[in-house]
Amino acid sequence: MAGFEMGFDLNWAALVPPIEKLTYLVAASLFIVGLKFLGSPATARKGNAIASVGMALAIAVTLLDFHVVSYGQILVAIAVGSAIGAIAAKQVGMTEMPQMVGLLNGLGGAASALVAVAEFWRLSTNGSGDVPTNIVVTAILGVLIGGVTLTGSLMAFAKLQGLVPGAPITFPLQQPVNVTLLLGFLVGGGYLLLHPSDLQIFLDISAISLILGVLFVLPIGGADTPVVISLLNSFSGLAASAAGFVLGNDMLIIAGALVGASGLILTEIMCKAMNRSLANVLFGAFGGGGGATANAAAASGAAVQKTYRSIDAEEGAMMLGYARSVVIVPGYGMAVAQAQHAVRELADRLAENGVEVKYAIHPVAGRMPGHMNVLLAEANVPYSQLYDMDDINPEFERADVALIIGANDVVNPDARDNANSPIYGMPILEVDRAKHAIVIKRSMSPGFAGIDNELFYKGNTMMLFGSAKEVVSSLVASVKELAAV
Amino acid sequence: MSEPLIAGLVVFVLASFVGFEVINKVPPTLHTPLMSGANAVSGIAIVGAMLVAGTGNLSVTTILGLIAVVLAMVNVVGGFLVTDRMLQMFKK
Repeated sequence: MAGFEMGFDLNWAALVPPIEKLTYLVAASLFIVGLKFLGSPATARKGNAIASVGMALAIAVTLLDFHVVSYGQILVAIAVGSAIGAIAAKQVGMTEMPQMVGLLNGLGGAASALVAVAEFWRLSTNGSGDVPTNIVVTAILGVLIGGVTLTGSLMAFAKLQGLVPGAPITFPLQQPVNVTLLLGFLVGGGYLLLHPSDLQIFLDISAISLILGVLFVLPIGGADTPVVISLLNSFSGLAASAAGFVLGNDMLIIAGALVGASGLILTEIMCKAMNRSLANVLFGAFGGGGGATANAAAASGAAVQKTYRSIDAEEGAMMLGYARSVVIVPGYGMAVAQAQHAVRELADRLAENGVEVKYAIHPVAGRMPGHMNVLLAEANVPYSQLYDMDDINPEFERADVALIIGANDVVNPDARDNANSPIYGMPILEVDRAKHAIVIKRSMSPGFAGIDNELFYKGNTMMLFGSAKEVVSSLVASVKELAAV
Repeated sequence: MSEPLIAGLVVFVLASFVGFEVINKVPPTLHTPLMSGANAVSGIAIVGAMLVAGTGNLSVTTILGLIAVVLAMVNVVGGFLVTDRMLQMFKK
């Protein structure tokens, strides 16, 4: 009898590892299917749900792991984290999505870095001799990538949230400082390979990686911040992978690699939409007029006093109300002013008047690819009225009015015509080909990228100054009056 | 190089290729939700965090692990919910 019981115990103990591994396999498969489904509009929501089931499975089966003996504290920690995450997800506004993703991403990177630190701490202080070399190497990688992800994401968050100026921040001796820090990290890492139990050095290079993250994002302009968030999203995956190597856990390695690869692809797509290379985004200190060409362009702009025409809402309403076709170009300014509902109402009124209304969506409208679609969908704009850049650009010639609301750099003709412009080569919405362009804008100040816009000074462009929401609301009122007459 | 490191590398490289292939053609509309969803998946660090947090008595390691559990869990729950909120809007 005793023997039977012992046998039963042994079988149970022997069963747990395979059950755990098989469940991880199922979870990894669910992640892959989930990410695949996320790539298509019809299945995207299901894909997200599938991935979250995979995550729940992975978390649940990890509690079974025999290494995990203190359930109580872990369950409390899980409850606390879930509550914070749920509340934050509920409270955040749709316009703040990019910085929310950045913030969450930073937390993920922090978790991976902490795992690497915690495991290194345990191995270097348990007195059983040196930490194995492969763990030293992967822990160093984990702490570097995770640390950079954490502080880099927080920095990007601060830039998008406006806590830190969006313009590229540079200081004297920036490059030498970066190089010195990186060298310090490498020397520290090399020293650890020879003296694998030196906890102090490990903590020192962890601190260096945190500083590197800040310095990495500091010189990157606000307009490029989404690209950086996307890249850091890829990093957070790699950090999780590195933590997986430290612990010898395939689940972490697989899921981390999936995110690492997908984030890289997305980053590339975003760079392509702006016609820039990743290296240029990261090291160009773009957008602040830092380059010689940008300075020259700014100087010549200042020398020639350029004139523009401005109109009021009533005149604007007349142009719109009597047009046959209107193309609306929404930008981030519209989103910040929460004007998307008013814009939809304007479009509805115009449609009642028999005007054909289309929306032109630049690939990087808003702060991220697809961000503008989300914002317009929130305002119940029919999907069929949204046109991608390639589809709408040939249409502008036939459009009577292009109505630009809070967009700037994505409609700047300099990107097409002026080889000296810092954004030369970036694909734009060709609103200047429409018969008239109406630009709703607060003032003549330059856009997010800090570059003057030639469009504003063209003969067929009218400026309509004011906050997007108020201006569009008065346009709606005026168009209503037109219809009543 | 040790055996487990090699095995891990094999898994890592193959999973990376899967990641590249799975996300090949995505309409721009879905880029933000996709980034957010993938970001939630990177919260898988929660598993590693639980493993180090659960190793026994309260120590620096388990405390760091518990902090990591909280952070990773915010990433996971916040990430999936936010992604769902965005995707919900496309339904209408």
